[in-house]
Amino acid sequence: MSTLVYINSNNGLAKAALEVVTYGKKLGGDVTVVTTGGADEATLASLGEYGAGKVLVDRSVTSNDPGQIANVVKAAAEAAGASTIVFSHDFIAKSAAPRVSVKLKAGLVSGAIAVPEGNKVKVNVFSGKAYGFVEVNTDTKIISLLPNSLQPEAGGSACSVEEFSGNAGEAAIKVIETKKPEGDIPLPEAELVVSAGRGLKGPENWGMIEELATELGAATACSRPVADIGWRPHHEHVGQTGVAIRPNLYIAAGISGAIQHLAGVNGSKVIVVVNTDAEAPFFKAADYGIIGDAFEVIPRLTEAVKNFKAAN
Amino acid sequence: MKILVCISKSPDTTSKIAFTDGDTKFDENGVQYIVNPYDEWYALVRALELKEAGGGSVSIITVGSAADDSVIRKALAIGADEAVRIDAEPTDAYYTAMQIAEYAKSNGFDLVLTGKETINYNGSQVAGMIAEGMDVPFVSLASRMEVGGSTATLDTEIVGGIQTVEVALPAVVSCAKGMAEQRIPNMRGIMAARTKPLNVVAPADIQALTSFTSYSLPPAKSECKMIDPENMDELVELLHNEAKVI
Repeated sequence: MSTLVYINSNNGLAKAALEVVTYGKKLGGDVTVVTTGGADEATLASLGEYGAGKVLVDRSVTSNDPGQIANVVKAAAEAAGASTIVFSHDFIAKSAAPRVSVKLKAGLVSGAIAVPEGNKVKVNVFSGKAYGFVEVNTDTKIISLLPNSLQPEAGGSACSVEEFSGNAGEAAIKVIETKKPEGDIPLPEAELVVSAGRGLKGPENWGMIEELATELGAATACSRPVADIGWRPHHEHVGQTGVAIRPNLYIAAGISGAIQHLAGVNGSKVIVVVNTDAEAPFFKAADYGIIGDAFEVIPRLTEAVKNFKAAN
Repeated sequence: MKILVCISKSPDTTSKIAFTDGDTKFDENGVQYIVNPYDEWYALVRALELKEAGGGSVSIITVGSAADDSVIRKALAIGADEAVRIDAEPTDAYYTAMQIAEYAKSNGFDLVLTGKETINYNGSQVAGMIAEGMDVPFVSLASRMEVGGSTATLDTEIVGGIQTVEVALPAVVSCAKGMAEQRIPNMRGIMAARTKPLNVVAPADIQALTSFTSYSLPPAKSECKMIDPENMDELVELLHNEAKVI
Protein backbone atom coordinates (compact mmCIF):
# COMPACT_ATOMS: atom_id res chain seq x y z
CA MET A 1 0.00 0.00 0.00
CA SER A 2 1.19 3.46 -0.88
CA THR A 3 0.01 6.81 0.46
CA LEU A 4 0.39 10.28 -1.05
CA VAL A 5 0.20 13.25 1.33
CA TYR A 6 -0.33 16.77 -0.02
CA ILE A 7 1.03 19.69 1.96
CA ASN A 8 1.32 23.37 1.14
CA SER A 9 4.75 24.76 1.99
CA ASN A 10 4.30 28.36 0.88
CA ASN A 11 4.91 29.57 4.42
CA GLY A 12 7.23 26.85 5.70
CA LEU A 13 5.78 23.80 7.46
CA ALA A 14 2.68 24.34 9.59
CA LYS A 15 1.85 21.94 12.43
CA ALA A 16 -1.04 20.69 10.27
CA ALA A 17 1.51 19.53 7.67
CA LEU A 18 3.34 17.43 10.28
CA GLU A 19 -0.01 16.00 11.41
CA VAL A 20 -0.94 14.75 7.93
CA VAL A 21 2.49 13.19 7.34
CA THR A 22 2.20 11.42 10.72
CA TYR A 23 -1.31 10.29 9.72
CA GLY A 24 0.05 8.95 6.42
CA LYS A 25 2.65 6.94 8.32
CA LYS A 26 -0.03 5.50 10.62
CA LEU A 27 -1.91 4.17 7.58
CA GLY A 28 1.02 1.78 7.02
CA GLY A 29 2.99 1.41 3.79
CA ASP A 30 5.12 3.95 1.92
CA VAL A 31 4.48 7.65 2.31
CA THR A 32 5.25 10.08 -0.50
CA VAL A 33 4.71 13.77 0.15
CA VAL A 34 3.85 16.12 -2.70
CA THR A 35 4.09 19.83 -2.09
CA THR A 36 3.64 23.09 -3.91
CA GLY A 37 5.26 26.25 -2.67
CA GLY A 38 8.57 27.62 -1.75
CA ALA A 39 10.01 25.72 1.22
CA ASP A 40 13.73 24.95 0.84
CA GLU A 41 15.14 21.46 0.44
CA ALA A 42 16.38 21.02 4.04
CA THR A 43 12.97 22.00 5.44
CA LEU A 44 11.20 19.55 3.14
CA ALA A 45 13.72 16.78 3.88
CA SER A 46 12.84 17.08 7.58
CA LEU A 47 9.41 15.60 6.75
CA GLY A 48 11.26 12.26 6.70
CA GLU A 49 11.42 12.49 10.48
CA TYR A 50 7.61 12.25 10.55
CA GLY A 51 7.41 9.29 8.20
CA ALA A 52 7.82 10.57 4.63
CA GLY A 53 9.91 8.29 2.42
CA LYS A 54 10.26 10.89 -0.30
CA VAL A 55 9.15 14.46 -1.00
CA LEU A 56 8.13 15.63 -4.47
CA VAL A 57 8.12 19.39 -4.92
CA ASP A 58 6.50 21.26 -7.80
CA ARG A 59 7.84 24.82 -7.61
CA SER A 60 5.90 25.98 -10.68
CA VAL A 61 2.79 26.41 -8.51
CA THR A 62 3.21 29.47 -6.32
CA SER A 63 -0.38 30.35 -5.40
CA ASN A 64 -3.26 28.35 -3.91
CA ASP A 65 -4.95 27.77 -7.28
CA PRO A 66 -7.11 24.67 -6.67
CA GLY A 67 -7.06 23.64 -10.34
CA GLN A 68 -3.26 23.63 -10.45
CA ILE A 69 -2.91 21.89 -7.10
CA ALA A 70 -5.42 19.23 -8.18
CA ASN A 71 -3.42 18.57 -11.38
CA VAL A 72 -0.17 18.20 -9.42
CA VAL A 73 -1.76 15.88 -6.84
CA LYS A 74 -3.26 13.71 -9.57
CA ALA A 75 0.10 13.42 -11.37
CA ALA A 76 1.94 12.64 -8.12
CA ALA A 77 -0.67 10.04 -7.09
CA GLU A 78 -0.21 8.29 -10.42
CA ALA A 79 3.59 8.51 -10.18
CA ALA A 80 3.59 7.09 -6.64
CA GLY A 81 0.91 4.47 -7.36
CA ALA A 82 -0.96 5.81 -4.33
CA SER A 83 -4.08 4.03 -3.09
CA THR A 84 -4.74 6.72 -0.46
CA ILE A 85 -4.34 10.50 -0.78
CA VAL A 86 -4.29 12.61 2.39
CA PHE A 87 -4.95 16.35 2.78
CA SER A 88 -5.26 18.55 5.87
CA HIS A 89 -8.91 19.72 6.01
CA ASP A 90 -8.01 23.38 5.54
CA PHE A 91 -9.00 25.91 2.89
CA ILE A 92 -6.82 24.20 0.27
CA ALA A 93 -8.33 20.76 0.88
CA LYS A 94 -11.77 22.34 0.69
CA SER A 95 -11.00 23.71 -2.78
CA ALA A 96 -8.59 21.19 -4.36
CA ALA A 97 -9.55 17.79 -2.88
CA PRO A 98 -13.04 17.73 -4.49
CA ARG A 99 -11.42 18.40 -7.89
CA VAL A 100 -8.96 15.51 -7.37
CA SER A 101 -11.87 13.27 -6.36
CA VAL A 102 -13.66 13.93 -9.66
CA LYS A 103 -10.46 13.71 -11.76
CA LEU A 104 -9.55 10.28 -10.32
CA LYS A 105 -13.13 9.16 -9.61
CA ALA A 106 -11.84 8.43 -6.10
CA GLY A 107 -14.15 8.72 -3.07
CA LEU A 108 -13.42 11.68 -0.79
CA VAL A 109 -13.86 11.53 2.99
CA SER A 110 -13.84 15.03 4.52
CA GLY A 111 -13.10 15.94 8.10
CA ALA A 112 -11.59 12.63 9.26
CA ILE A 113 -10.66 12.61 12.95
CA ALA A 114 -8.98 9.19 13.26
CA VAL A 115 -7.03 6.52 11.41
CA PRO A 116 -9.45 4.25 9.46
CA GLU A 117 -10.70 1.11 11.18
CA GLY A 118 -10.77 -1.45 8.38
CA ASN A 119 -12.48 0.28 5.51
CA LYS A 120 -14.30 2.83 7.67
CA VAL A 121 -13.17 6.38 8.29
CA LYS A 122 -14.51 8.27 11.32
CA VAL A 123 -15.56 11.85 10.59
CA ASN A 124 -17.24 14.74 12.39
CA VAL A 125 -20.83 15.34 11.24
CA PHE A 126 -23.72 17.56 12.37
CA SER A 127 -21.22 20.32 13.20
CA GLY A 128 -19.42 18.17 15.74
CA LYS A 129 -22.60 16.94 17.46
CA ALA A 130 -22.08 13.38 16.12
CA TYR A 131 -19.62 11.08 14.37
CA GLY A 132 -20.15 9.30 11.07
CA PHE A 133 -18.36 6.28 9.64
CA VAL A 134 -17.72 6.52 5.90
CA GLU A 135 -16.87 3.69 3.55
CA VAL A 136 -15.19 4.44 0.22
CA ASN A 137 -16.42 2.35 -2.70
CA THR A 138 -13.47 3.05 -5.00
CA ASP A 139 -9.94 1.56 -5.11
CA THR A 140 -8.33 4.92 -4.46
CA LYS A 141 -9.53 6.92 -1.50
CA ILE A 142 -8.96 10.54 -0.51
CA ILE A 143 -9.04 11.58 3.15
CA SER A 144 -8.90 15.12 4.51
CA LEU A 145 -7.92 15.20 8.18
CA LEU A 146 -9.33 17.78 10.61
CA PRO A 147 -6.48 19.82 12.11
CA ASN A 148 -5.53 18.97 15.72
CA SER A 149 -6.89 15.38 15.44
CA LEU A 150 -3.54 13.81 16.30
CA GLN A 151 -0.10 14.91 17.48
CA PRO A 152 2.85 14.92 15.04
CA GLU A 153 5.27 12.09 15.89
CA ALA A 154 8.92 12.52 14.94
CA GLY A 155 11.41 9.68 15.08
CA GLY A 156 12.68 8.91 11.57
CA SER A 157 15.45 10.59 9.64
CA ALA A 158 15.51 13.12 6.81
CA CYS A 159 14.33 11.89 3.41
CA SER A 160 15.13 12.69 -0.21
CA VAL A 161 13.57 15.65 -1.98
CA GLU A 162 12.95 15.53 -5.75
CA GLU A 163 11.89 18.32 -8.08
CA PHE A 164 8.63 17.26 -9.72
CA SER A 165 6.59 18.53 -12.64
CA GLY A 166 2.90 17.79 -12.22
CA ASN A 167 1.76 19.56 -15.40
CA ALA A 168 -0.09 22.09 -13.30
CA GLY A 169 -1.28 24.18 -16.25
CA GLU A 170 -2.23 27.85 -16.00
CA ALA A 171 -3.66 29.40 -12.84
CA ALA A 172 -7.36 30.23 -13.26
CA ILE A 173 -7.45 32.39 -10.16
CA LYS A 174 -5.49 35.63 -10.14
CA VAL A 175 -4.33 36.80 -6.71
CA ILE A 176 -4.71 40.56 -6.29
CA GLU A 177 -3.80 40.97 -2.64
CA THR A 178 -3.08 38.91 0.49
CA LYS A 179 -3.93 40.28 3.93
CA LYS A 180 -2.66 38.58 7.04
CA PRO A 181 -3.36 40.04 10.45
CA GLU A 182 0.10 40.51 11.92
CA GLY A 183 1.19 38.73 15.05
CA ASP A 184 -2.11 36.89 15.45
CA ILE A 185 -2.20 33.12 15.85
CA PRO A 186 -4.58 31.74 13.16
CA LEU A 187 -7.69 30.59 14.99
CA PRO A 188 -8.19 27.18 13.31
CA GLU A 189 -4.60 26.18 14.19
CA ALA A 190 -4.53 27.53 17.75
CA GLU A 191 -4.09 24.99 20.55
CA LEU A 192 -5.29 27.46 23.19
CA VAL A 193 -8.16 29.91 22.67
CA VAL A 194 -9.57 32.64 24.91
CA SER A 195 -13.03 33.78 23.85
CA ALA A 196 -15.56 36.29 25.11
CA GLY A 197 -19.13 37.34 24.46
CA ARG A 198 -21.72 40.01 25.19
CA GLY A 199 -21.08 39.60 28.91
CA LEU A 200 -18.07 41.87 28.42
CA LYS A 201 -20.42 44.80 27.80
CA GLY A 202 -18.28 46.59 25.20
CA PRO A 203 -15.25 46.40 22.88
CA GLU A 204 -13.22 48.61 25.22
CA ASN A 205 -13.17 45.76 27.75
CA TRP A 206 -11.31 43.29 25.53
CA GLY A 207 -7.93 44.31 26.92
CA MET A 208 -8.12 41.75 29.72
CA ILE A 209 -9.03 38.98 27.23
CA GLU A 210 -6.02 39.89 25.09
CA GLU A 211 -3.76 39.98 28.15
CA LEU A 212 -4.83 36.50 29.21
CA ALA A 213 -4.37 35.25 25.63
CA THR A 214 -0.89 36.78 25.43
CA GLU A 215 0.08 35.27 28.77
CA LEU A 216 -1.09 31.81 27.62
CA GLY A 217 0.12 32.13 24.02
CA ALA A 218 -3.49 31.70 22.93
CA ALA A 219 -5.59 33.03 20.06
CA THR A 220 -8.62 35.23 20.76
CA ALA A 221 -12.17 34.45 19.62
CA CYS A 222 -15.68 35.74 20.18
CA SER A 223 -19.36 34.83 19.96
CA ARG A 224 -21.62 35.73 17.04
CA PRO A 225 -23.47 38.74 18.56
CA VAL A 226 -20.13 40.35 19.39
CA ALA A 227 -18.92 40.02 15.77
CA ASP A 228 -22.30 41.14 14.40
CA ILE A 229 -22.37 44.38 16.39
CA GLY A 230 -18.78 45.05 15.34
CA TRP A 231 -17.04 44.78 18.72
CA ARG A 232 -14.63 42.22 17.25
CA PRO A 233 -13.60 41.26 13.67
CA HIS A 234 -15.69 38.62 11.87
CA HIS A 235 -12.77 36.20 11.54
CA GLU A 236 -12.83 35.78 15.33
CA HIS A 237 -16.44 34.54 15.36
CA VAL A 238 -16.60 30.87 16.36
CA GLY A 239 -19.82 28.88 16.11
CA GLN A 240 -22.22 27.26 13.70
CA THR A 241 -21.98 30.02 11.09
CA GLY A 242 -18.46 31.20 11.91
CA VAL A 243 -15.29 29.19 12.35
CA ALA A 244 -15.37 25.70 13.88
CA ILE A 245 -12.36 25.09 16.09
CA ARG A 246 -11.03 22.18 18.16
CA PRO A 247 -8.27 23.52 20.39
CA ASN A 248 -6.87 21.73 23.43
CA LEU A 249 -8.22 24.47 25.69
CA TYR A 250 -11.16 26.83 25.12
CA ILE A 251 -11.80 29.49 27.75
CA ALA A 252 -15.16 31.27 27.34
CA ALA A 253 -16.00 34.40 29.34
CA GLY A 254 -19.44 35.99 29.27
CA ILE A 255 -20.81 33.58 26.63
CA SER A 256 -24.07 31.82 27.57
CA GLY A 257 -23.41 28.83 25.30
CA ALA A 258 -26.28 28.75 22.81
CA ILE A 259 -26.42 25.53 20.77
CA GLN A 260 -25.14 27.40 17.68
CA HIS A 261 -22.05 28.55 19.58
CA LEU A 262 -21.42 25.06 20.98
CA ALA A 263 -21.47 23.65 17.43
CA GLY A 264 -18.29 25.59 16.71
CA VAL A 265 -16.37 24.64 19.84
CA ASN A 266 -17.60 21.23 21.00
CA GLY A 267 -14.51 19.58 19.48
CA SER A 268 -12.36 21.35 22.10
CA LYS A 269 -10.59 18.92 24.42
CA VAL A 270 -11.10 21.03 27.56
CA ILE A 271 -13.64 23.83 28.02
CA VAL A 272 -13.51 26.43 30.82
CA VAL A 273 -16.60 28.62 31.27
CA VAL A 274 -16.76 31.87 33.24
CA ASN A 275 -20.27 33.25 33.67
CA THR A 276 -22.21 35.19 36.31
CA ASP A 277 -25.33 33.13 35.56
CA ALA A 278 -25.19 29.71 37.22
CA GLU A 279 -27.94 28.56 34.83
CA ALA A 280 -25.96 29.39 31.65
CA PRO A 281 -26.28 26.37 29.32
CA PHE A 282 -22.53 26.48 28.59
CA PHE A 283 -21.79 24.95 32.02
CA LYS A 284 -23.36 21.68 30.77
CA ALA A 285 -20.70 21.46 28.06
CA ALA A 286 -17.84 22.65 30.26
CA ASP A 287 -15.11 20.70 32.06
CA TYR A 288 -14.35 23.50 34.52
CA GLY A 289 -16.83 26.19 35.51
CA ILE A 290 -16.47 29.44 37.41
CA ILE A 291 -19.60 31.26 38.51
CA GLY A 292 -18.37 34.80 38.76
CA ASP A 293 -17.84 38.14 37.08
CA ALA A 294 -15.42 37.96 34.16
CA PHE A 295 -14.16 41.45 35.10
CA GLU A 296 -12.78 39.98 38.33
CA VAL A 297 -12.08 36.37 37.32
CA ILE A 298 -10.14 36.97 34.08
CA PRO A 299 -7.50 39.35 35.53
CA ARG A 300 -7.13 36.96 38.48
CA LEU A 301 -6.64 34.04 36.06
CA THR A 302 -4.05 36.05 34.08
CA GLU A 303 -2.19 36.69 37.33
CA ALA A 304 -2.35 32.98 38.24
CA VAL A 305 -1.01 31.98 34.80
CA LYS A 306 1.83 34.52 35.20
CA ASN A 307 2.75 33.06 38.59
CA PHE A 308 2.57 29.54 37.23
CA LYS A 309 4.85 30.43 34.29
CA ALA A 310 7.32 32.11 36.62
CA ALA A 311 7.41 29.06 38.91
CA ASN A 312 7.81 26.50 36.08
CA MET B 1 -26.34 37.30 -15.74
CA LYS B 2 -27.73 33.81 -15.10
CA ILE B 3 -27.06 32.54 -11.59
CA LEU B 4 -27.68 29.03 -10.25
CA VAL B 5 -27.78 28.62 -6.45
CA CYS B 6 -27.42 25.10 -5.06
CA ILE B 7 -29.43 24.50 -1.92
CA SER B 8 -29.46 21.61 0.48
CA LYS B 9 -31.91 20.89 3.26
CA SER B 10 -30.53 20.60 6.77
CA PRO B 11 -32.09 20.02 10.18
CA ASP B 12 -32.92 23.21 12.08
CA THR B 13 -29.85 24.30 14.07
CA THR B 14 -31.59 23.51 17.36
CA SER B 15 -32.59 19.94 16.34
CA LYS B 16 -31.82 17.07 18.64
CA ILE B 17 -29.32 14.81 16.86
CA ALA B 18 -30.20 11.11 17.18
CA PHE B 19 -30.01 7.98 15.02
CA THR B 20 -32.27 4.98 14.31
CA ASP B 21 -32.12 1.58 12.57
CA GLY B 22 -29.07 0.41 14.50
CA ASP B 23 -27.43 3.85 14.25
CA THR B 24 -27.43 3.74 10.44
CA LYS B 25 -29.98 6.51 9.79
CA PHE B 26 -30.53 10.05 11.05
CA ASP B 27 -33.65 10.14 13.24
CA GLU B 28 -36.01 12.56 11.47
CA ASN B 29 -38.64 12.24 14.17
CA GLY B 30 -39.72 15.75 15.16
CA VAL B 31 -36.99 17.36 13.03
CA GLN B 32 -37.80 20.58 11.16
CA TYR B 33 -35.90 20.93 7.91
CA ILE B 34 -34.63 24.32 6.79
CA VAL B 35 -32.58 25.58 3.85
CA ASN B 36 -28.94 25.02 4.87
CA PRO B 37 -28.03 28.41 6.41
CA TYR B 38 -24.86 28.93 4.34
CA ASP B 39 -26.81 28.28 1.13
CA GLU B 40 -29.64 30.60 2.13
CA TRP B 41 -28.03 33.50 4.02
CA TYR B 42 -24.93 33.85 1.92
CA ALA B 43 -25.24 32.20 -1.52
CA LEU B 44 -28.91 32.88 -2.28
CA VAL B 45 -29.08 36.38 -0.83
CA ARG B 46 -25.89 37.48 -2.63
CA ALA B 47 -27.29 36.06 -5.90
CA LEU B 48 -30.47 38.11 -5.40
CA GLU B 49 -28.44 41.27 -4.68
CA LEU B 50 -26.43 40.77 -7.91
CA LYS B 51 -29.65 40.33 -9.87
CA GLU B 52 -31.22 43.42 -8.28
CA ALA B 53 -28.14 45.47 -9.18
CA GLY B 54 -27.44 44.17 -12.68
CA GLY B 55 -30.46 42.20 -13.91
CA GLY B 56 -30.61 38.55 -14.95
CA SER B 57 -32.14 35.58 -13.21
CA VAL B 58 -31.64 33.43 -10.11
CA SER B 59 -32.51 29.73 -10.26
CA ILE B 60 -32.17 27.34 -7.35
CA ILE B 61 -31.39 23.65 -7.64
CA THR B 62 -31.46 20.74 -5.23
CA VAL B 63 -31.19 16.98 -5.48
CA GLY B 64 -33.97 15.34 -3.50
CA SER B 65 -37.46 13.87 -3.34
CA ALA B 66 -40.91 15.49 -3.38
CA ALA B 67 -40.67 15.67 0.41
CA ASP B 68 -38.12 18.47 -0.07
CA ASP B 69 -40.51 20.72 -2.01
CA SER B 70 -41.44 22.65 1.16
CA VAL B 71 -37.78 23.56 1.69
CA ILE B 72 -37.54 24.62 -1.97
CA ARG B 73 -40.61 26.87 -1.56
CA LYS B 74 -38.89 28.56 1.41
CA ALA B 75 -35.97 29.45 -0.86
CA LEU B 76 -38.36 30.68 -3.57
CA ALA B 77 -40.10 32.87 -0.97
CA ILE B 78 -36.83 34.70 -0.35
CA GLY B 79 -36.82 35.70 -4.00
CA ALA B 80 -35.42 33.16 -6.48
CA ASP B 81 -37.20 33.12 -9.85
CA GLU B 82 -37.51 29.38 -10.37
CA ALA B 83 -36.47 26.07 -8.88
CA VAL B 84 -35.17 22.79 -10.23
CA ARG B 85 -35.35 19.55 -8.30
CA ILE B 86 -33.40 16.59 -9.57
CA ASP B 87 -35.59 13.74 -8.52
CA ALA B 88 -33.18 11.44 -6.68
CA GLU B 89 -31.80 10.58 -3.26
CA PRO B 90 -28.57 12.62 -2.77
CA THR B 91 -26.52 9.58 -1.76
CA ASP B 92 -23.12 11.24 -1.56
CA ALA B 93 -21.38 14.51 -2.47
CA TYR B 94 -20.06 13.14 -5.79
CA TYR B 95 -23.49 11.89 -6.87
CA THR B 96 -25.13 15.20 -5.93
CA ALA B 97 -22.42 17.34 -7.55
CA MET B 98 -22.39 15.40 -10.82
CA GLN B 99 -26.18 15.70 -11.11
CA ILE B 100 -25.95 19.47 -10.65
CA ALA B 101 -22.93 19.78 -12.98
CA GLU B 102 -24.84 17.95 -15.74
CA TYR B 103 -27.77 20.34 -15.40
CA ALA B 104 -25.59 23.45 -15.13
CA LYS B 105 -23.52 22.52 -18.20
CA SER B 106 -26.55 22.18 -20.44
CA ASN B 107 -28.25 25.37 -19.20
CA GLY B 108 -25.47 27.95 -19.57
CA PHE B 109 -25.10 29.66 -16.17
CA ASP B 110 -22.56 32.46 -15.59
CA LEU B 111 -22.24 31.75 -11.90
CA VAL B 112 -22.98 28.71 -9.73
CA LEU B 113 -23.13 29.44 -5.98
CA THR B 114 -23.24 27.15 -2.94
CA GLY B 115 -22.85 27.64 0.81
CA LYS B 116 -19.39 26.83 2.19
CA GLU B 117 -20.67 23.55 3.67
CA THR B 118 -23.88 22.01 4.98
CA ILE B 119 -24.40 22.05 8.73
CA ASN B 120 -25.25 18.33 8.76
CA TYR B 121 -22.37 16.79 6.78
CA ASN B 122 -19.81 19.64 6.89
CA GLY B 123 -17.95 18.13 3.93
CA SER B 124 -17.29 21.20 1.73
CA GLN B 125 -17.16 18.81 -1.23
CA VAL B 126 -20.07 19.54 -3.57
CA ALA B 127 -19.01 22.96 -4.92
CA GLY B 128 -15.48 21.91 -5.93
CA MET B 129 -16.83 18.76 -7.55
CA ILE B 130 -19.38 20.76 -9.57
CA ALA B 131 -16.55 23.01 -10.79
CA GLU B 132 -14.44 20.04 -11.86
CA GLY B 133 -17.49 18.42 -13.49
CA MET B 134 -18.16 21.64 -15.45
CA ASP B 135 -14.42 22.26 -16.03
CA VAL B 136 -14.62 25.85 -14.75
CA PRO B 137 -12.69 27.74 -12.01
CA PHE B 138 -13.71 27.34 -8.37
CA VAL B 139 -13.29 29.91 -5.61
CA SER B 140 -13.95 28.51 -2.13
CA LEU B 141 -14.96 30.17 1.15
CA ALA B 142 -15.68 33.59 -0.34
CA SER B 143 -16.74 36.34 2.04
CA ARG B 144 -17.20 39.07 -0.61
CA MET B 145 -18.01 38.99 -4.32
CA GLU B 146 -18.37 41.76 -6.88
CA VAL B 147 -19.12 41.04 -10.53
CA GLY B 148 -18.07 43.31 -13.39
CA GLY B 149 -18.52 42.19 -17.00
CA SER B 150 -17.20 38.66 -17.31
CA THR B 151 -15.01 38.63 -14.20
CA ALA B 152 -15.70 38.33 -10.49
CA THR B 153 -13.56 39.81 -7.70
CA LEU B 154 -13.73 37.95 -4.41
CA ASP B 155 -12.30 37.88 -0.91
CA THR B 156 -11.55 34.33 0.19
CA GLU B 157 -10.37 32.76 3.40
CA ILE B 158 -6.82 31.40 3.60
CA VAL B 159 -5.02 30.10 6.70
CA GLY B 160 -4.71 33.08 9.01
CA GLY B 161 -5.86 35.70 6.54
CA ILE B 162 -7.87 36.89 3.57
CA GLN B 163 -6.91 36.89 -0.09
CA THR B 164 -8.48 39.05 -2.80
CA VAL B 165 -8.68 37.17 -6.10
CA GLU B 166 -10.08 37.65 -9.58
CA VAL B 167 -11.61 34.95 -11.74
CA ALA B 168 -13.19 34.75 -15.21
CA LEU B 169 -16.81 33.62 -15.48
CA PRO B 170 -18.38 31.11 -15.66
CA ALA B 171 -17.19 29.96 -12.25
CA VAL B 172 -18.35 28.14 -9.13
CA VAL B 173 -18.14 29.98 -5.78
CA SER B 174 -18.77 28.66 -2.26
CA CYS B 175 -20.04 31.39 0.05
CA ALA B 176 -19.16 32.08 3.70
CA LYS B 177 -20.09 34.65 6.32
CA GLY B 178 -19.73 38.26 5.22
CA MET B 179 -21.10 37.67 1.70
CA ALA B 180 -24.60 38.96 2.51
CA GLU B 181 -27.07 39.51 5.33
CA GLN B 182 -29.90 37.09 6.07
CA ARG B 183 -33.29 38.08 4.58
CA ILE B 184 -36.60 37.19 6.17
CA PRO B 185 -39.23 36.35 3.52
CA ASN B 186 -42.27 38.64 3.58
CA MET B 187 -45.90 37.61 3.00
CA ARG B 188 -45.79 38.69 -0.65
CA GLY B 189 -42.73 36.52 -1.22
CA ILE B 190 -44.35 33.54 0.48
CA MET B 191 -47.52 33.94 -1.65
CA ALA B 192 -45.52 34.38 -4.87
CA ALA B 193 -43.42 31.29 -4.08
CA ARG B 194 -46.50 29.07 -4.37
CA THR B 195 -46.86 29.74 -8.08
CA LYS B 196 -43.22 30.02 -9.16
CA PRO B 197 -42.04 27.22 -11.48
CA LEU B 198 -40.55 24.13 -9.79
CA ASN B 199 -39.23 21.86 -12.52
CA VAL B 200 -38.64 18.23 -11.63
CA VAL B 201 -35.83 16.68 -13.67
CA ALA B 202 -34.92 13.00 -13.99
CA PRO B 203 -31.44 12.16 -12.64
CA ALA B 204 -28.43 11.29 -14.82
CA ASP B 205 -26.85 7.86 -14.43
CA ILE B 206 -24.14 8.44 -11.77
CA GLN B 207 -22.62 6.06 -9.20
CA ALA B 208 -21.87 7.32 -5.67
CA LEU B 209 -18.24 6.94 -4.54
CA THR B 210 -18.78 6.84 -0.76
CA SER B 211 -21.42 5.79 1.75
CA PHE B 212 -22.13 6.52 5.40
CA THR B 213 -22.40 3.11 7.08
CA SER B 214 -23.19 4.21 10.64
CA TYR B 215 -23.20 7.06 13.14
CA SER B 216 -22.48 7.54 16.81
CA LEU B 217 -22.87 10.24 19.42
CA PRO B 218 -19.93 11.60 21.41
CA PRO B 219 -19.61 10.23 24.95
CA ALA B 220 -21.56 12.34 27.45
CA LYS B 221 -19.50 15.11 29.03
CA SER B 222 -18.52 14.31 32.59
CA GLU B 223 -19.81 16.62 35.29
CA CYS B 224 -18.48 20.19 35.12
CA LYS B 225 -16.03 20.81 37.97
CA MET B 226 -16.88 24.11 39.71
CA ILE B 227 -13.97 26.28 40.82
CA ASP B 228 -14.03 29.03 43.45
CA PRO B 229 -13.86 32.37 41.56
CA GLU B 230 -11.39 33.62 44.18
CA ASN B 231 -9.02 30.71 43.54
CA MET B 232 -7.65 30.87 40.01
CA ASP B 233 -4.40 29.20 41.13
CA GLU B 234 -6.46 26.03 41.58
CA LEU B 235 -7.78 26.29 38.00
CA VAL B 236 -4.27 26.73 36.59
CA GLU B 237 -3.08 23.77 38.67
CA LEU B 238 -5.95 21.58 37.32
CA LEU B 239 -5.35 22.69 33.72
CA HIS B 240 -1.69 21.74 34.13
CA ASN B 241 -1.83 18.52 36.17
CA GLU B 242 -5.29 17.08 35.52
CA ALA B 243 -6.29 18.26 32.03
CA LYS B 244 -2.65 18.62 30.90
CA VAL B 245 -3.44 21.38 28.42
CA ILE B 246 -1.05 24.07 29.67
